Amino acid sequence: MDLSILLQYWPILLNGFELTILCWVLGTIFSMILGLIISLAQRYGPRPLGWLIQAYIEVIRGTPFLVQLFVLYYGGPLLGLRLDALPAGLLGLSVYGSPYFAEIFRAGYLSVPVGQIEAARAIGMSEITIVRRILLPLSLVSALPALVNFSIILTKETVILSIITVPELMYSVQRMSTETFRYLEANFILALFFWLLVETISRAGRWLETRITRHLIERA
Amino acid sequence: MFSIPVFLSSFEPLFWAARFTLLISVLGIVLGLVVGALICAAALSRTRWLRWFAALWVSFLRGVPLLVQLLLAYYLLPVIGINVPAMVAAVVTVGICSSAYVSEIWRGAIIALPKGQSEAATAIGMKPRDIWTRVILPQAFRYSLPALVNELILLVKASSLVSVVGILEVTRASQAQAATTFRPLEVYIAAACIYLVINLCFAALGRYLEHRTAV
Repeated sequence: MDLSILLQYWPILLNGFELTILCWVLGTIFSMILGLIISLAQRYGPRPLGWLIQAYIEVIRGTPFLVQLFVLYYGGPLLGLRLDALPAGLLGLSVYGSPYFAEIFRAGYLSVPVGQIEAARAIGMSEITIVRRILLPLSLVSALPALVNFSIILTKETVILSIITVPELMYSVQRMSTETFRYLEANFILALFFWLLVETISRAGRWLETRITRHLIERA
Repeated sequence: MFSIPVFLSSFEPLFWAARFTLLISVLGIVLGLVVGALICAAALSRTRWLRWFAALWVSFLRGVPLLVQLLLAYYLLPVIGINVPAMVAAVVTVGICSSAYVSEIWRGAIIALPKGQSEAATAIGMKPRDIWTRVILPQAFRYSLPALVNELILLVKASSLVSVVGILEVTRASQAQAATTFRPLEVYIAAACIYLVINLCFAALGRYLEHRTAV
């Protein structure tokens, strides 16, 4: 085990780490927004749109993320969709995550008691107000653990972006190991690093979860 | 543009490789079930160090991306003197990774079982061993079936990652096919279709099993 390579390569690794975090944060935000839109469209849209969305959910959840990235990054140019690695990776991550988030939101809507929505309708709230003030806040309370959980899963999916040459942490580590022939050390450090990162994020997530839920429960 | 004949003709080499995708995921889940049962037993045991070991196992394997685990195994095994075919190493890594998830699924199912069940069994004088094999485990297994099928579907998708360490399965075969035909769009969509069909079949199997084992 020789860890001196870290001293030489730390700027590249730091850049990679920044990009990993960036991909994770943006990917989570985009796919959460997309998932929210999908789940609302499925709930309030016309029946055929609902079927279309269900097909989208099945296709994205039934195929590997790596294959989706290949279709987008290598197949996209044939359809005129020419993206650099990073935008393609972000788009891929957002598309990949969206059906999972949509299903989490849908389960959240189902957990809202029908009486709450009927009561809101009875006192004359508009549908948009009902979504904004009743449906979303109440469903968030029950969906939060699942949302946090899936966001953590997305951290681990970012390493797959290295395969389409997004220069995130995994890619930087690969580069370091091919230049120094220290494959074992590099991958060992990477594993330890991700272990720490995921553990930290899940702890932070659980802490956030209890805080936000407490706050929402008090207001509701 | 998208060409239907190219799309259809790219299925043939992929079908051949689909056997390996199925092999990796099915062997992976079998190994995951066996090791997962042991880890679950350790997690529920009264011995403290066994519980610590199980917690460490689950935390590490769930915290490190599978791709990193695969590369680690790929470079680590030869160094510590284990020379096995790449395919074996990949199946073992995938299986070990899934054991962490399986053990959590089973732990959850056993904990979710109402306490009254084992109390009632004790009250009518069943032996502890019979309580486990005839009351707790059969019910916990039934509860856990949907989650286990879900895990199998995740494994089918995760098996695409073993292409990175050079093992031939659907993703690897489609990479080769895309490189020779210069038609990545058609080939990768064909690959996606194969994964989708496999997973829809497993999902149907899951619904059938759930229906069969329902009380």
